[in-house]
Amino acid sequence: MSHHIVEARDIHYTYPDGTPGVRGVSFRVTHGESVALVGANGAGKSTLLLQLNGFLSADRGEIRVGDRTLSKKTLAEIRRTVGMVFQDPDDQLFMPTVFDDVAFGPLNLGFSAHEARQRVAEALATVGAAHLSDRPPWRLSGGEKRAAAIATVLAMEPEILVMDEPTSNLDPRSRRRLIELLATFHHTKIIATHDLDMAMDLCERTLVLHEGRITADGPTEEIFANQDLLAASGLEKPLRMQGCPVCGAGSPPAVFRPPRVLAPAHHHHGDSAHHHDNDDPDHDHHD
Amino acid sequence: MGGIENGFLEIGRLDTLAAGDSALHRLDPRAKLLATLVFIVTVVSFDKYTVSGLAPFFLYPFVLVSAGGLPAGFLFKKLLWVAPFALFIGIANPFLDRDVLIHLGPLGISGGWVSFCSIMMRFFLTVSAALILIALTGFNSVCMALEKLGTPAPFVVQLLFLYRYLFVLVEEAARMVRARALRSFSGRTMPFKTFAPLVGQLLLRTLDRAQRIHLAMRCRGFDGRVRVLSPLKFGGAELAFAAGWSAYFLVMRFFDLPHVLGILVTEIMG
Repeated sequence: MSHHIVEARDIHYTYPDGTPGVRGVSFRVTHGESVALVGANGAGKSTLLLQLNGFLSADRGEIRVGDRTLSKKTLAEIRRTVGMVFQDPDDQLFMPTVFDDVAFGPLNLGFSAHEARQRVAEALATVGAAHLSDRPPWRLSGGEKRAAAIATVLAMEPEILVMDEPTSNLDPRSRRRLIELLATFHHTKIIATHDLDMAMDLCERTLVLHEGRITADGPTEEIFANQDLLAASGLEKPLRMQGCPVCGAGSPPAVFRPPRVLAPAHHHHGDSAHHHDNDDPDHDHHD
Repeated sequence: MGGIENGFLEIGRLDTLAAGDSALHRLDPRAKLLATLVFIVTVVSFDKYTVSGLAPFFLYPFVLVSAGGLPAGFLFKKLLWVAPFALFIGIANPFLDRDVLIHLGPLGISGGWVSFCSIMMRFFLTVSAALILIALTGFNSVCMALEKLGTPAPFVVQLLFLYRYLFVLVEEAARMVRARALRSFSGRTMPFKTFAPLVGQLLLRTLDRAQRIHLAMRCRGFDGRVRVLSPLKFGGAELAFAAGWSAYFLVMRFFDLPHVLGILVTEIMG
């Protein structure tokens, strides 16, 4: 079968109202790779993701998924291969119950009732949402909604997962759980995000997008260590790579140094609550 | 505005009731839908001056509310919400139709008042039957039943989506109204100048969302038909429920029990 490869060749897209979206983007993501797509607001991340799904068709350039070039003919097949998790789960959960929602894709793909049921159960179990099966989606919490939305995509068994800001609007624990969950997936992943700490956890490779162009493409840690590059693209280092706000250890924050005068009362006493994020064992979950 | 938001939460409460577990809840939605439809059709088919003939029909909501363990007070409050509509439809009758129809000793009751009474009774019966249907079945199951009974898929999909996104839309509208209220200090009413762009923006946001939802659906292979796995089973209990109630309604429609009882009583007395 196809090799779970996503390739963009010189994609150009301008919105009908003249707003430039992406201007000449090329990249190739190979089987099993996990790639972060980072960039400031309006850099073109979402536009690029919509291209991968054929929702927007490029003015110039082409998208290849596996051995197929994206076109009207291959659209249905490519949409099945590329599972897309939207930024707002409310857009993705449109059926009356979580069960119906997760079953929606498999049923449309023509699976039997029995097989669809099985896929739903598996997908919900994977994201830890089996107990939500009969609940209406609009009654779920943010974290539950996100889990359900991911299950709807997993039930289709896509080869490639494309996610738009998967950690947005989640509380810290839900965010951590989601990161651990995503780390267990062996799909080819493309994750558009501002959450650079998550990118460090999940993605070995990072694409930096700035004003519709790719300004860097390389190993995540190298890119995030490059202060000048990040600044030029409207980004900052992941919090974990910034100096500790309490004692100032680690690399000094370039843009903003917290006023030290506020800290001392806190510093030499309340140490139990303060540790360097780098040492957090939680962060070793990714493979 | 809080009022409107709460009103919608109450719609959600109807659905919560549907999660109950009585014998009536467990019936296949199609049986309940059929019984409700026959009920509504027979109730509205009566002559405009019918009052006593409608009396036996109160048995249906009464039995369903008590057997289904539904909160009667809550349903009654819902009824009052819509009551003004029926009131305005009927209120002109007593003034237009002044022919005396019934003589109660020295009192003459005009046809207008009789038909007004009839309208209010029908309103009460039909709307309560619909509310009970939703409270015992849930809106989505009712939609599914509609589809299984042959309603064209586009209608059913429209209904489902209307219901699913009603809550999202209300939340969005409530947020906008709140944001506006926080920055306007001149009183409670919204000037038209503010209202128009607010509604316009709500429409644009809705269109945007519709587009995203459509994309999400296309991504999962949507082809115009919504397929649902539902364990629908039309068995003996369903048949008994639908056929039993329908037969009762039809008999009561063509055979005026209160009238016959009245004659009977008079004969015995005589």
